[in-house]
Amino acid sequence: MSDIQALEQTISQPGEAGFGDYVALLKPRVMSLVVFTALVGLLVAPVPVHPVVALASILFIALGAGASGALNMWWDADIDAVMRRTSRRPVPAGIVAGGEALGLGLALSGIAVVMLGLASNLLAAGLLAFTIFFYAVVYSMWLKRLTPQNIVIGGAAGAFPPMIGWAVATGGVSIESALMFALIFMWTPPHFWALALFMKDDYSRAGVPMLTVTHGRKATRAHVLAYTILLVPVALGAAFTSIGGPVYLAVSAALNAAFLYGAWRIWQRDEVQAEADGYRVEKQLFRFSLYYLFLHFGAFLLEAALRSFGLGGW
Amino acid sequence: MSFRPDHEIHKRRLGRNVGLGLTLVAFAAVIFGLTVVKVAESGPIQGYDHVVQPGLVPKAVTE
Repeated sequence: MSDIQALEQTISQPGEAGFGDYVALLKPRVMSLVVFTALVGLLVAPVPVHPVVALASILFIALGAGASGALNMWWDADIDAVMRRTSRRPVPAGIVAGGEALGLGLALSGIAVVMLGLASNLLAAGLLAFTIFFYAVVYSMWLKRLTPQNIVIGGAAGAFPPMIGWAVATGGVSIESALMFALIFMWTPPHFWALALFMKDDYSRAGVPMLTVTHGRKATRAHVLAYTILLVPVALGAAFTSIGGPVYLAVSAALNAAFLYGAWRIWQRDEVQAEADGYRVEKQLFRFSLYYLFLHFGAFLLEAALRSFGLGGW
Repeated sequence: MSFRPDHEIHKRRLGRNVGLGLTLVAFAAVIFGLTVVKVAESGPIQGYDHVVQPGLVPKAVTE
């Protein structure tokens, strides 16, 4: 056998990942939501930030989110492999080794936190470090396989980015950043439980104690409605702070009315009805929940833009 | 003499190396940009350069 043949045999082993596979480890779709909400948190803050500092900070917040995604994929490779939605992720698909995902996650976490600290301030870096810890350790390693309330508590990890963006600009936390946090935090349970209602096979096969598996689908429907009712005052309350205004209030009122109506419809239905129409209402609410969050943060941004022309706010 | 065509794995490795290279260049650009902004925001920087600069002498001494 020639050296070249031997080399080809060695390098033809599965597991030779491309650049895109490492990018996929960072969950780019989740990162895009993080970038958007962190950017809104930064832009609506009353303290202007130099564009280069803002750009770098958002980049490092996104990198931190991506790092926690890689750590999550390393830890959850076993359950990702049995769920249809996640079975093609790089680690369960055998493209990237688990150890590589762990190494990448840890390295990027360190880089993101240190660089955010240097670019902005220690509070923002501390919040980012806590977010990574919360998502990777508290949610992925601890709660996800332990309690059906995993989504409720784990949702905090996804809720921190606007608070970090606000901290980049102001160096502190406030009622406004707390309300942006609370908006995502309270939105997460109905969003994910709507998904769990029509992706039922996936979670039960993986043995993840999703509410649909542990407490049944009727209880899950009630939880969707209950958390949506709790979400409404949080979303509307933000309208009366310095980041809200009449435009936000109008947008939020319309979105909350629609979300509440969707949750109420889900609560009224039973499994027979849902299976008969292929979970149409549940899928509609899940899709709508994405617009709900995007438009709320878009309205914050619009209010800030209007304020710069002396128009926004109360 | 003809060279053997690249194996698919070489192409994938090239893509990975180019991607990593561009990422590092972008990272260096971000650090450079941040450094410029941070230094510019910290105000004028002066130091004694073998010659006393009146602007750096404390007020009490000059009065």
